[in-house]
Amino acid sequence: MIELKHISKGFDGVQVIKDVSSVMKPGQCNLIIGSSGSGKTVLMKCRVGLFTPDAGEVLYDGHDFVKMDAEEKKEIRTQIGMLFQGSALFDSLTVEQNVMFPLEMFTKWNYKKKLDRVNEVLERVELKGTNKKFPAEVSGGMKKRVGIARAVVLNPKYLFCDEPNSGLDPLTSMIIDKLIMEITKEYNITTVVNTHDMNSVMEMGDSILYMHKGEKEWEGNNKQIIFSKNEKLNDFIFASEFLKDAKDMRMLEETGKIPNDRDMSELTHKSASPLIEPNENNESA
Amino acid sequence: MKFISDFGRYILMLKDMFSRPENFKMYWKEFMHQCSDIGIGSLGIVAIISIFMGAVSAVQTAYQLVSPLIPKSTIAQIVRDTVILEFAPTLVCIVLAGVVGSKIASELGNMRVSEQIDALEIMGINTKAYLVGPKILASLVVIPMLVVIAAVLGIYGGRLAGTAANILSSTTYDKGLLEGFLPYNAVFAMVKAYTFAFIISSVSSFFGYYVKGGSLEIGRSSTKAVVVSCILILFADYILSAMLL
Repeated sequence: MIELKHISKGFDGVQVIKDVSSVMKPGQCNLIIGSSGSGKTVLMKCRVGLFTPDAGEVLYDGHDFVKMDAEEKKEIRTQIGMLFQGSALFDSLTVEQNVMFPLEMFTKWNYKKKLDRVNEVLERVELKGTNKKFPAEVSGGMKKRVGIARAVVLNPKYLFCDEPNSGLDPLTSMIIDKLIMEITKEYNITTVVNTHDMNSVMEMGDSILYMHKGEKEWEGNNKQIIFSKNEKLNDFIFASEFLKDAKDMRMLEETGKIPNDRDMSELTHKSASPLIEPNENNESA
Repeated sequence: MKFISDFGRYILMLKDMFSRPENFKMYWKEFMHQCSDIGIGSLGIVAIISIFMGAVSAVQTAYQLVSPLIPKSTIAQIVRDTVILEFAPTLVCIVLAGVVGSKIASELGNMRVSEQIDALEIMGINTKAYLVGPKILASLVVIPMLVVIAAVLGIYGGRLAGTAANILSSTTYDKGLLEGFLPYNAVFAMVKAYTFAFIISSVSSFFGYYVKGGSLEIGRSSTKAVVVSCILILFADYILSAMLL
């Protein structure tokens, strides 16, 4: 479990993270959402120790990462896997060498054992047979999957994903989301995902933290998010008319009222107008 | 103020390089890779520059030594000493600052910008030790070797040019090479080579490692690394000459 307690971080006098606290539980996908510049990446970098917070505590199973000495931090970091926004694969190494790198650095296994493990994780992310390709020779989605394979090859306790869907088509995004969810449940990993992909929010959001201008604005899960009355969250998450309609649909489903044909046609042809008028039942949560 | 803070960061980078390797085999592999990159990668340009440097030195010395009282073998002595004392260590290292320095700065800069350094940090690897350390060590091993090769080729280039232009015979040139040779000059050249190797690798690593921004900044930092390395090489050249000669 990872716990953030009153984290603050600023650069050159500008406060980027303001007093953020949150708990990330194992075996579930903990999403951090927010618009660009809301502080998601800085918060993630504070969490993994790439930035030192100005104030607050980052607790890994109760131990404050900020106060640990270099050796203790190294120990924790060997339990961390991270998928970067741009995948951060080593250009000069093949897919196989990229995934094998943590094994070479931190294990004393023989080559056969390492190769078996590499093939196992590559198969898990559906990249069998790409071993000898270089990062420049594979697609964006494949790079992300290689990144995931490299992140999980040492069986980490914590997995961090910084915008895993950025620059990917919806189908590939869904595959990546599914993969992250499956791996999280399979290995009981504490997974933290930075995203502003609404599909991911709805699919993966076991726990969601919404950040706005460096502050924690809202916290909940994918069931609660559509009923939220938080204006800033609603402005962010249901920015388009299409998403507003989708929200209305979801609310109807959640409240047990399925829209009839007339409602559906209204939804399709008059997407600018809300499908139903808000009432106490569907805005109560 | 920025100079002081940059200097402080440079010293801290060097200090942080000294830590227990996570896996000695991987560090050795990286060191050998850098030796090959810096050494083999620069051998061609070093060879070409050295031969022409010696050749030009021989022709120009002959042009200025017009007195019949001065023996022809003096040309070989002058070529030998200029090549060993100045041309091989300083000129070659200035060229290497461009070739090796820009390569180191852009490689590290690209790794920084594409978050590869962050990825290594998160794995628990001391990136200063793993990425910067082998580059500096490899430079300290390989650049003095290149300087020795440059000196030999420079002297040979002078011999080639001298005989080809009928300035002096190869026997006279060889005789001149052995006259009044001071082994201390070679030691001095090696002191310079080690100093310049450290300057090139550490300064370029510093500029590459701390790049902020995108690809434009990588280019800028490479240029800055080369310029600063060249200035520091010339400055160190003067200080060493004043102190040791």
